[in-house]
Amino acid sequence: MHPAPSVILFSTLSGLGFGLLAFLGLGVLQPTGMGAFIWFFIAYALAVGGLISSTFHLGRPERALKAFKQWRSSWLSREGICAVVALLVMGLYAIGAIFLGTHWTVLGVVGAVLSVLTVFTTAMIYTQFKTVPRWHNITTPAMFLSICIAGGALLAGQVTLAIPLLILAALAQLAHWVVGDKALEASGTDMGTATGLGDRGTVRAFEPPHTGTNYLLKEFVYVIGRKHAAKLRIVAMGLMVVAPIVLLALTQLASVSGTADHVLAALAVISHLVGVFAARWLFFAQAEHVVGLYYGKR
Amino acid sequence: MTTLPTSTDRKLGLVIDLDTCVGCHACVISCKGWNTENYGAPLADTDAYGANPSGTFLNRVHSYEVQPANDAPAQLIHFPKSCLHCEDAPCVTVCPTGASYKRVEDGIVLVNEADCIGCGLCAWACPYGAREMDAVEKVMKKCTLCVDRIYNENLPEEDREPACVRTCPAGARHFGDFADPDSNVSKLTAERGGMDLMPEMGTKPVNKYLPPRPKDRDRSEDVDILAPFLEPVAAEPTGFLGWLDKALTTMPGGKS
Ligand code: SF4
Ligand code: SF4
Ligand code: SF4
Repeated sequence: MHPAPSVILFSTLSGLGFGLLAFLGLGVLQPTGMGAFIWFFIAYALAVGGLISSTFHLGRPERALKAFKQWRSSWLSREGICAVVALLVMGLYAIGAIFLGTHWTVLGVVGAVLSVLTVFTTAMIYTQFKTVPRWHNITTPAMFLSICIAGGALLAGQVTLAIPLLILAALAQLAHWVVGDKALEASGTDMGTATGLGDRGTVRAFEPPHTGTNYLLKEFVYVIGRKHAAKLRIVAMGLMVVAPIVLLALTQLASVSGTADHVLAALAVISHLVGVFAARWLFFAQAEHVVGLYYGKR
Repeated sequence: MTTLPTSTDRKLGLVIDLDTCVGCHACVISCKGWNTENYGAPLADTDAYGANPSGTFLNRVHSYEVQPANDAPAQLIHFPKSCLHCEDAPCVTVCPTGASYKRVEDGIVLVNEADCIGCGLCAWACPYGAREMDAVEKVMKKCTLCVDRIYNENLPEEDREPACVRTCPAGARHFGDFADPDSNVSKLTAERGGMDLMPEMGTKPVNKYLPPRPKDRDRSEDVDILAPFLEPVAAEPTGFLGWLDKALTTMPGGKS
């Protein structure tokens, strides 16, 4: 699949933003006044920034509002609704924290659930596609959700929570890679079933239907950079999980304190964000859409 | 509404005969022509006369070579592919706007281009590559089953069928109602073992493909019984041709 930067940016940033909102809503940290304003500003900037960036991949962004209609069947529609409701509920909660110095617990919990649910709907957009076997399994939502929660804990400065959650996220990401690498084979779909000619012999693509490229090849048969996938996976995992854990562990040392603490924590967040971005790039670039089989490609 | 109808009154679709298709691409061109001039946004071409031409098509013809396991001769099979108007169309249910829908009256899957936001999800959901985002209009294009021909009373009766079917010089494409067991397409499917593409995807395609008849033996060495009559009668030209041959040979450069 073509790794569109706007979509990767969206899932990376808004995943982190909604993760932070979940921790704020659950009252794990309870800032008030100016402190609360800064926390909520960061969370909203990430979540809303991600959402805005996702509209750049629409052909007709001016019609984006129409996308809220079909929640009965469409995960994209559900995602849109869920995101807006989560942001509204958490907005109310933020007003209480910033201006009234109170934390409406029930509202916060509802907002936290909705925030996590939003990330789940995003994951389900990809998971639903039978046409992309690498995505069509439980490791996709597991990976999206665990990374969202681990990122939220990291950004919320919850060191003791963040380390185990990051390890959990790493396991989910690994599972997604391991299961994903075998998914196309395991799906049973090949050139034989695609053409219906498989039981007559070995099917080989003899001539494509067109001499140039087309939308299908550009969107679904993206192979650039696949050969570097193994290296990129190591880089992604290192930046997303290993480096943040080491940096967080350093903040726990008695000799490190004050500003150094904050610098280390900030570095951990940045490293994590870049790592998730790389992992998401791979999520798309490595995903094989079955339509490639009609071209003898994968 | 992007939830699918539980059943449709009719099931209009195509039968594509892989035995007869000669791979001439006439259906590709007639489809592009009709659908650029009629229903919906025209089908764009970008850099049409440049180095990297690319364009939107609703129907494309692949060619495959099938090598049987028992060393029998390989077969070349031309393979036209357009929307299969699936009964359980995953492209419809993913659409967030309701732009994609399946008609209750005849089962045709269409896109309301005024509602399409160009998110591309329906093309992701289609296993067959039957949907293409138009590079200029930025909306999703797909086969309409020539909905603007089949019911069009301004056209002469014989033209009220899809452009690709009407055009095919080999008669490899057939149009009809699969809900009617006595229709031409239902009979062809039953007689010739019409098959689904990627049945494991659960899309329940309406369009059926007729498998090519197997080649019984290698015919490449066969000699036609009329071949002896096509032998040249005289190896050396005589009369006027003989004179011309000599004259041309003696001209400068003629001996080469
Ligand atoms: S062939 Fe593709 S576009 Fe057509 S109905 Fe089936 S899934 Fe949808
Ligand atoms: S590209 Fe258009 S028709 Fe397809 S899912 Fe998106 S809005 Fe619906
Ligand atoms: S039915 Fe019409 S739109 Fe569909 S492939 Fe044939 S010519 Fe094209």
